[in-house]
Amino acid sequence: MQPFTTLTGIAAPMLQDDINTDQIAPVQATRLGRDDRGLLFQRARRRADGSDDPDFVLNRPHFQAASILVSGHNFGCGSSREGAVWTMIANGIRCIVARSFADIYRENCLQNGLLPIELDGEAADGFCARVVAADGAAPFTVDLVEQRIGGPGGPDIPFTIAPADRVRLLEGLDDIGLTLKQSGDIAAWEARMAREMPWLQTAHDARDTTSS
Amino acid sequence: MVRPRTLFDKIWDAHRVARRPDGRELIYIDRHVLHELHAPHAFERLEEAGRPVRRPDLTVSVQDHRISTLPGRDDLSNPDGAPFLRAMREGSRRHGIRLFDLGDPEQGICHVVAPELGMVLPGATHAVPDSHAPTVGGLGALAFGCGTSELEHILATQVMALKQPKSMRIRLEGGLGPCVTAKDVALRIIAELGVAGGRGHAVEYAGAVVRAMTIESRMTLCNLTVEMGARTGLIAPDDTAFAWLQGRPYAPRGALWDRAVGAWRRLTSDDDAVFDREVAIDCSSLEPQVTWGTDPSQVVGISGRVPEPWPGDAARQASVQRALDYMGLAPGTPLSGLPVDRVFIGSCTNSRLPDLEEAAAVLRGRRVAPGVTALVVPGSTTVKRQAEAAGLDRVFRDAGFFWGESGCSMCAGGNGDRGRPGERCVSTTNRNFEGRQGRGVRTHLVSPSMAAAAAVTGRIVDVRQLLDGGL
Repeated sequence: MQPFTTLTGIAAPMLQDDINTDQIAPVQATRLGRDDRGLLFQRARRRADGSDDPDFVLNRPHFQAASILVSGHNFGCGSSREGAVWTMIANGIRCIVARSFADIYRENCLQNGLLPIELDGEAADGFCARVVAADGAAPFTVDLVEQRIGGPGGPDIPFTIAPADRVRLLEGLDDIGLTLKQSGDIAAWEARMAREMPWLQTAHDARDTTSS
Repeated sequence: MVRPRTLFDKIWDAHRVARRPDGRELIYIDRHVLHELHAPHAFERLEEAGRPVRRPDLTVSVQDHRISTLPGRDDLSNPDGAPFLRAMREGSRRHGIRLFDLGDPEQGICHVVAPELGMVLPGATHAVPDSHAPTVGGLGALAFGCGTSELEHILATQVMALKQPKSMRIRLEGGLGPCVTAKDVALRIIAELGVAGGRGHAVEYAGAVVRAMTIESRMTLCNLTVEMGARTGLIAPDDTAFAWLQGRPYAPRGALWDRAVGAWRRLTSDDDAVFDREVAIDCSSLEPQVTWGTDPSQVVGISGRVPEPWPGDAARQASVQRALDYMGLAPGTPLSGLPVDRVFIGSCTNSRLPDLEEAAAVLRGRRVAPGVTALVVPGSTTVKRQAEAAGLDRVFRDAGFFWGESGCSMCAGGNGDRGRPGERCVSTTNRNFEGRQGRGVRTHLVSPSMAAAAAVTGRIVDVRQLLDGGL
């Protein structure tokens, strides 16, 4: 996983609440092989005739290279589909600042080195206003080391993130590799449970006489 | 003194393998159910890293999201889905994972197949790379939906690294009137709490209404937990659950069964357990619910009207207005009477045998209204076979419904089953998001009997009035 330390880039405002994974990456369009780039906001990006909608924020010239997305409450609600994070990264978006995130979407961000920043209340109001005012003309800088967002229109804005999540992103840790270091604990749990609740440690079809 | 614990705490504590240095806990996953939309990516990445599947014997695969529902289907019946089906087949074979493939007599939607075969057990943990994983909370299992990276993590380690969610109990008191179902209860809860109201919480459903529910209804209730943003949802297992499970192919048998039931009887929240949040809802006056907007919280009873854009802040008004524009509805319009183009009965929310029975009871002796396209897709091939044995397929077909092969179908349209722009679709699914059932399709979520009533009248109507002869 690519580590995240600091990022300087254009911030694009999509300030609605409850932007869902069907909007971010429609399931009907997913293809095997992770060609994720074209999925991003596929329906909102295009008009009914299939042409690009010039009014959609990420289609506007200033925002085509955006690397920060700014949104409202409950960003990423809906499906657990990780393609809704992969398509962000495929389009160069490495940080989403939202008032809140859906639980699974936030975890999927952390798994992929995409920084999910929760900013609420007045801090969010102020930041959103600055992003709208900047209108893609000047970049913002997100610093995960110092936990600050800087950019045009005002002083740096501090943000909080769980220390464990911060370390995961800063170090780009391989989550599976870390867990495998605790294989001994897992094996011990399995051995204990095979005694205490043996029905949990076997999944066997009683009709399948060949393996009974 | 022992700290009083919730049902969730008891299952969580029993499955805690270790605490990680980063503060997350490693929670053992007893049953891992995969489907073809996501597992192929995870197989590929696992193989790139040279990691084996730790417990293929505790893992099963199904084909559901991208599979055609056409009679006589094969891989190519839905060409877009064919690569997923093949990759799932090959990946499952390489890793020694039992696959419920196209053509298997027990294929179906992951959340329907696993419980009906008895793979889901009370007090067990369960993971599926799908947000509706908590469906099986209806049996008292603790289930987590996950993304592809977490899926890969579980394949390699059989654990998930999780932060413990907060706890919420939703007490459902009173009783349900005729034609008022778990679906209506769930939609009402989402309306009260909002689509983010459960964020970060594990929900326990309790109360007289829950105790009186069948297991299938409990699964419908738990299925919709994610639609209020909650991490998971579950119901304390009881004799109804034990009776439902006993004798199913993967359930324990003999002395092991007795021992398991003994342990399962302890799976209740202690009387003095403290929840981070408690909610009580009286269901006595609940009527059948219909969504009017583009998220499941935008719902009213069938006697209700499309609301005015709320007198909330500008952002809220804009979002309601956007929903009304998409749905082609004006504020103040009664839901009852809206013309319908398409009806879909199916999905992990409402496709089990009692759901089909509920719809068939309305359809018997009636015909789908002219101009309405109506589909019913059983949740599993087992459900389909049982329904056919009971003659339900004839009821649906005689009424003019398409009787499909099992799969997720029009819930998300990932298999090519979708509506046309501007169509108004009455659906027993879980999400009325913009474009989910096809570009421009206007989805109204309802229960199976309400969907059947819409199909035969060509309008959204109160099924109770239809059955009383008042329509």
